[in-house]
Amino acid sequence: MSTSRTAPPAPGDVLLLVGTTKGAFIISSDASRQRWEVAGPHFPGEAVYAIAYDQRAGRTRTLVGAQSNHWGSTIRLSDDFGQTWTGPERQAVRFPESSGLSLAQVWQITPALDDEPDVLWCGVEPAALFRSGDAGESWEPVKGLLEHAHRPKWMPGGGGLCLHTIVLDATEPRRMGIAISTAGFYRTDDDGESWTPRNSGVRAVFLPDKMPEFGQCVHKVVNHPSRPERLFLQNHWGLYRSDDWGDSWQDIANGVPSDFGFAIQMHPHDPDTAYIVPLQSDEFRIVPDAKLRVYRTRDAGASWEPLGNGLPQEQAFESVLRDALTTDTHASAGVYFGTRSGKLYASSDAGESWTSIIETLPPICCVKAAVVRPS
Amino acid sequence: MAISIILPSALTRYARGTGEVSVDASCTTVAGALAELAARWPAVTDRVLTEQGELRRHVNVFVGDESIRFMDGLSTRVDDGATITIVPAVSGG
Repeated sequence: MSTSRTAPPAPGDVLLLVGTTKGAFIISSDASRQRWEVAGPHFPGEAVYAIAYDQRAGRTRTLVGAQSNHWGSTIRLSDDFGQTWTGPERQAVRFPESSGLSLAQVWQITPALDDEPDVLWCGVEPAALFRSGDAGESWEPVKGLLEHAHRPKWMPGGGGLCLHTIVLDATEPRRMGIAISTAGFYRTDDDGESWTPRNSGVRAVFLPDKMPEFGQCVHKVVNHPSRPERLFLQNHWGLYRSDDWGDSWQDIANGVPSDFGFAIQMHPHDPDTAYIVPLQSDEFRIVPDAKLRVYRTRDAGASWEPLGNGLPQEQAFESVLRDALTTDTHASAGVYFGTRSGKLYASSDAGESWTSIIETLPPICCVKAAVVRPS
Repeated sequence: MAISIILPSALTRYARGTGEVSVDASCTTVAGALAELAARWPAVTDRVLTEQGELRRHVNVFVGDESIRFMDGLSTRVDDGATITIVPAVSGG
């Protein structure tokens, strides 16, 4: 039943790494992005909420955070596009006994900047950040966050108390942002030694104090490498932008049918362009009016336009999770998203038109895209 | 004499294919037996116990025919010749 790629991809090919509740799939196409080969599932039966492709320093490494319902969570590695999987037998992402915490799930795996080619970060539940200095073979917790004074007051959201988002600064490697549901957005300027909440202006509609210092249910934060201080944030109700690395936030829900949602993603080449998939409400987490539409801003949130050409526009009772919307880096940007009903859609023209890649996957938790570099 | 630990098939790969491990009868408790198992096959016990040494939620351990959840948990006494069986619980969806 499970399949692997029959040949290694060529430079310029697009890889879509798809995590589902029943395993991981590696889906690929040449640069035309017209025909797709689906391989998988890898780790059948295990939930995959975190997946990444690392092609720094000549690697071709896929990293998967897989959660067995019985045996716990671990990060597995493949250097041959899923034909074989390696990784330490011991579970490499481990909390120290002194923390009193145990790993529930890996939520995010993020390669660091190119000038630290062996460094990766991972975010987990219960909320913590881990660092690898050997390309994902071993991991250590970031103590500044593990021992943060706010930790006893952080409350779990519907998905658990998870650190699901890692935002890097391409111009300042000691700076990084993370988002925790529900603790909000935190930033370090000293390589993880200290972390400060940066939620000024972001609402927490579910708390008596609607504008707390921390405790917001931030669903996703993204930025663009060319303008790292500008952040876009999809909140649990609320759509925001910051132009000062989170010091302050402005509401940018201008013309969207709902400011509730999970996913938000940058255009790969334009720091003013971002994509979201609004959902009707937190009680009915379905696209508004059952019309499946991605919304795009090209003016940093001053306005948003619906993109539904090729997507079902009636009886589409669909939902898209926080990491299930992604872009590739081709000149004509590819945009991709997966739904909780297992449908995977692609656009090779920056969202102007869409096609279905496959509609029969298990519920999709995450989608990451990569354009294969020359070796 | 010894205490026998039966591994589920999903974990035998972490014990070089071994499905049954004998540990010294001086262990006296399930925790002690699992500690000896961990000394030999740590990747097995990683998947049975959390970092805090607690039994994972969807893993069951039996001494004879009795689940330790209805006995004294990991402190359940094991006698010489006992059999400890590790099995995945009924769960999932």
